[in-house]
Amino acid sequence: MLLTITTTYSPATDLGYLLHKNPARLQSLEIAGGQAHIFYPEATAERCTAALLLDLDPVGLVRGRAGSSGDGFALEQYVNDRPYVASSFLSAALSKAFGTAMNGTCKDRPNLPEQALPLEVKVAVVSAPGPDWPRRLFEPLGYDVQLETTPLDPTRPEWGDSRYYTLQLRHAGLRLQDVLTHLYVLLPVLDNDKHYYVGENEAEKLLRKGADWLPQHPERDFITRRYLRYLAAYVNPTLKRLLEDEEGAEPTLEAEPVDASAITAPVTAETVAADSPEPKLSLHDQRLQQVADEIYQLGPKRVLDLGCGEGKLLRLLLRQPKIEFILGMDVSHQALSRAAQRLHLDEMPPRQRARLDLIQGSLLYRDERLAGFDAAALVEVIEHLDENRLAALEGVVFGQARPAHVFVTSPNADYNQLFEKLNAGEFRHTDHRFEWTRAEFAAWAAGVAERHGYQLRLESMGEEVAGVGAPSQMAVFDVA
Amino acid sequence: MPQDTIKLPELSLIILIGSTGAGKSTFARRLFKPTEIVSSDACRGLVADDENDQSASQDAFELLHYLVAKRLKRGLLTVVDATNVQAEGRKPLIALARQYHVLPVAIVLDVPDSVAHQRNALRPDRKHMGPHVVARHRQDLRKSLRNLKQEGFRHIHHLRGVEEVDAVQSIVRDRLYNNRQDETGPFDIIGDVHGCYDELLTLLGHLGYQVEAEPMADVRDLGVRVTAPAGRRAVFLGDLVDRGPASPQVLRLVMSMVRDGSALCVPGNHDIKLLRHLNGKKVTANHGLAETLAQLESEPAAFGGQVRQFLDGLVSHYVLDGGKLVVAHAGLTEDMQGRGSGAVRAFALFGESTGEIDDFGLPVRYEWAREYRGRALVVYGHTPVPDPEWLNNTIDIDTGCVFGGRLTALRYPERELVTVPAAQVYCEPARPLNYRAAALQPEVLAGEGDLSGQQQHDDLLDIRDVTGKQFIETRLMRGVTIREENAVAALEVMSRFALHPKWLLYLPPTMSPTETSDLPDLLEHPAEALAYYKQLGVERVVCEEKHMGSRVVVVIGKDEEAIRRRLGLVGEGIGKCYTRTGRNFFTDPELEMAFLARLRDALTTAGFWDKFNTDWVCLDAELLPWSAKAQELIKNQYAAVAAAANAALPQVEAVLTQAATRELDGVEALLARTMARRAAATDYAEAYRRYCWPVNGLDDLRLAPFHLLATEGQTYFDRDHAWHMETLRTLALADPGLLRATPYRVVPLNDPAEVEAAIQWWTELTAAGGEGMVVKPYDFVASNRKGLLQPALKCRGREYLCIIYGPDYLLPGNIERLKQRNVKAKRNLALREFALGVEGLERFVAGEPLRRVHQCVFGVLALESEAVDPRL
Repeated sequence: MLLTITTTYSPATDLGYLLHKNPARLQSLEIAGGQAHIFYPEATAERCTAALLLDLDPVGLVRGRAGSSGDGFALEQYVNDRPYVASSFLSAALSKAFGTAMNGTCKDRPNLPEQALPLEVKVAVVSAPGPDWPRRLFEPLGYDVQLETTPLDPTRPEWGDSRYYTLQLRHAGLRLQDVLTHLYVLLPVLDNDKHYYVGENEAEKLLRKGADWLPQHPERDFITRRYLRYLAAYVNPTLKRLLEDEEGAEPTLEAEPVDASAITAPVTAETVAADSPEPKLSLHDQRLQQVADEIYQLGPKRVLDLGCGEGKLLRLLLRQPKIEFILGMDVSHQALSRAAQRLHLDEMPPRQRARLDLIQGSLLYRDERLAGFDAAALVEVIEHLDENRLAALEGVVFGQARPAHVFVTSPNADYNQLFEKLNAGEFRHTDHRFEWTRAEFAAWAAGVAERHGYQLRLESMGEEVAGVGAPSQMAVFDVA
Repeated sequence: MPQDTIKLPELSLIILIGSTGAGKSTFARRLFKPTEIVSSDACRGLVADDENDQSASQDAFELLHYLVAKRLKRGLLTVVDATNVQAEGRKPLIALARQYHVLPVAIVLDVPDSVAHQRNALRPDRKHMGPHVVARHRQDLRKSLRNLKQEGFRHIHHLRGVEEVDAVQSIVRDRLYNNRQDETGPFDIIGDVHGCYDELLTLLGHLGYQVEAEPMADVRDLGVRVTAPAGRRAVFLGDLVDRGPASPQVLRLVMSMVRDGSALCVPGNHDIKLLRHLNGKKVTANHGLAETLAQLESEPAAFGGQVRQFLDGLVSHYVLDGGKLVVAHAGLTEDMQGRGSGAVRAFALFGESTGEIDDFGLPVRYEWAREYRGRALVVYGHTPVPDPEWLNNTIDIDTGCVFGGRLTALRYPERELVTVPAAQVYCEPARPLNYRAAALQPEVLAGEGDLSGQQQHDDLLDIRDVTGKQFIETRLMRGVTIREENAVAALEVMSRFALHPKWLLYLPPTMSPTETSDLPDLLEHPAEALAYYKQLGVERVVCEEKHMGSRVVVVIGKDEEAIRRRLGLVGEGIGKCYTRTGRNFFTDPELEMAFLARLRDALTTAGFWDKFNTDWVCLDAELLPWSAKAQELIKNQYAAVAAAANAALPQVEAVLTQAATRELDGVEALLARTMARRAAATDYAEAYRRYCWPVNGLDDLRLAPFHLLATEGQTYFDRDHAWHMETLRTLALADPGLLRATPYRVVPLNDPAEVEAAIQWWTELTAAGGEGMVVKPYDFVASNRKGLLQPALKCRGREYLCIIYGPDYLLPGNIERLKQRNVKAKRNLALREFALGVEGLERFVAGEPLRRVHQCVFGVLALESEAVDPRL
């Protein structure tokens, strides 16, 4: 990974004072994950270039980490792009190597830091979700942005370009400390990965470094979200504090899925749609509210939330005093831990705690724990199973557990044409195994109802659009 | 003369009754194992730190009852050391005995007050106990004595005075009548005869029994003598009488066989009803009893008495063959097997009914077998079925002979059915024999009417079989423990990504690399693998070329019918090809179908089906190219890293070159290192490209099978690897375009020249870009005195490893550190997964219920979630 900063300020060698690094020497320092080398490939009065070369230790990066077995995080693997890409490692190196410059102090030339300089920055290489992103991040700050693309594999032209770019930024006149701060914040945002745990002080850091420019940046939501990746809880409060002075701005953000790295990302068309600027209840929240409302109306005592995920529906159900007991089940242990966290299960007062239980389970295995409930909800669950496994789900829920009422929701494929970013035949979520049209859903539901002695009612969920229906659909089964 | 021994059933709940100071604890300690005694004083101590704290009594007794319940549940004799002088104290204990079908026994230690006082006075902790305590206890005890029998005690031993108490020197534990675990068979188990004598004779004939008439000189003579084939023994499942034409003859024959030891017999409900009649009880002569009584009238008067005596002596059920076989007329749940109580007897005779009455006016039977999970095979009758069907290791062999069906015997341990058709319909059934097929269980899934009961049952596995900590007994290792956290991970993977569990017969074990090589610039070298086996006493190994593709297990049938018949899957095609995590290899259904059809044709061309007398096969194989499955991974990770390196490093080189002209100290070294990294990145790109070729269709796929795992009724773990290689090489000839034979060589480890040649072979393979080789002991399952050996070790090439350890792995400073790796955990895992894999497949070919197979497959998946270095 290489970063060069060039100026043609006169005298250009003032860059050495600003950076607090002597142009006549190669300096090396230890940084997180390896070494940083600072040197000047050219240093004349007309033109001076400082280079920051990161030499990350690929073995140390992997070996130094506790735990193993991939959660998709790049550092789990020896084969990873970290040694070549500008990432949070670069930010860490920037603040260590050029900390004084970033703070705007220069002992020898006290006025120099305030001086706007003609600057040229080259980063080899950045990783970006697409060629437009470097522009969207840097152009609003006044940079001229040039990108050089790299093919994924020159012997496989059909694979196209890689996500790596050589980034060149030019600015006619800017303080060096501003450039460094921009790079410090925005390079990891482009890369969308952090080598360290993101804690609360990361949010503070962003507030500090971005105070001057981030509130006005058109991509501030994107920047905030990605900078504080893995930390959805901080997104809204941080943004709020950033925007405190702007009147009435109250953005609603859907938390990005935690595993939203490029490789494993379940990118959902719905969350993309939910990114639209108008503050409104997301489609998913609407769905949950509708299911919760319908469940209340039945006055059940014991309710199952099958595939409860992080517990949004559980929270709605808990508010309903007549429900005596709620059992949330999910196949993902991780989702259950987050649900427990979000619902503050550990700190719940005993009476409330006794109303809720979370268990890991699978809808493909017969499970005695699911017997004896009045109502069960399966909100956006079935489409995550292969179609030929639905028979097992049917047996478990309708044959064995047999709650008096079952609510099953699923996306309506007829509606998909309205999602701009969705190509024909694509699903809204990468983990969806199928998405049914209204007719397909109705046929399945009718079969289930008949085989197991339930009465069936079909409802649409969300705003109806002529010809394609509503975004989601629900089947309500009442035991006959 | 006081008795010096007390006889007790081997499984009983012994309740000591006596006042404080009566000597109960001493008595118990003298005659029972310390662990068999549950004492109220000890429980008080546990919950209150004071054995005499009476305020803790309630908690102490809750604990005592809990301990007693746990012991009884596990079938252990238990002694309750508490005063137990009051009926209300004994009541919950008797209830526990009933709940666990254990016989309650009372031993009363009835000593004079003076003795009790004296003893208490000698104990510092009881010194201050008032005399009224003992007096009250004795008073309660006297009141109790009269009622013990009524309370439910079957055995009462009243020891009067110190002398009688001290006289007891030993406890004799009587075996329960139903415990015949030492009888190992082989057995011929015969279903409900119901007076069908002719059919019974024919059946016995088929089974090899010789039946001869015997002169009846004495009233005790039964007129018939049966000689069993060598070593075999018949077992009658009861309902010998009623409805049929010749109940007395059947009784004579069975009584004769039981008397001379050639048969065992358990009673059926009809037999017991007849017994009640013979005992003079008033019974309604319906359901065929009238016929039996009429037939008995022409028998000599003494015969009735003999029958009465015979039936009276029958034991509700038998546990045979070390606990592996249970016979009972109507079956028996696991918690009742080998136990004795009225409830056990009632279940064995009548089964369990739900209390509902069906359309035919008969009680609806609770199908206990559907939930049966016991270790023992249960053979039973009572409910006529059109065909005997295995379900969860149980089988009902009452095929309704008297209703015009058949008389059936099960040969054990062969598990073969022998059957004789009824000569005629002797009695019209109240409900048709096949009524159950007409009213299938509610959760039977759509379109699966053609499946067997077991296959339908297997459509839904139970979560209990896979969650929580599991302990799996395997034939290769004594027990494999699956930790809960691993099961948690596996449940998610299995549920979200795996195929229908019916496809998953086997998951391959992980494979450890050889120990790290001492040679410079190499992490792995065959010398270590060969030395490993040699040192463990292996004489020969097989070295196989390692293909770089995707590991797959292929399960394929001759046609869809074979898959329906054997796997119980309908509409899922003729086979599946799945990955190490049970996921379908193919995402394109058309390509999948074409691939499987071509493989099936190759098997047919090779004459495989006939040669192995099977209509399905399970293969362990590598599917090439790597890019067929891993294309996205290759693009996102492998190619991406090369792209990043090739974009960044030339620019670094350029800047350093420029800096070098300024003669800065240290720049030359950085430049040299950068150039080395650039070269490494180029090599790395070459390495991954070698295993990728575009897959546009079937013609671009290659399957390299290397283990023939199983066919109908058989696994091939007993064949050596050379056999597997040769068998599959022959198969590959049938379609060389699809199938690739794996090059291999057998290496005798004590021949240095051969060992050297094998190393040379590896060197050439890897130099030419091969991944490396796998070294396996010649025998599929190899072990020495210390246990199982690694089933295989991989030895990967120098170039290949850069796609595992990264482009820079050979650079100075890196390789030295990478050599610090430990294969121990990986090897441990490989052994456990191997044992589980073999176990699962063995269970499958033996026809065990899916849950028993799935448990092993799930276990392999769970173990795979254990944290081991993924590079190994």
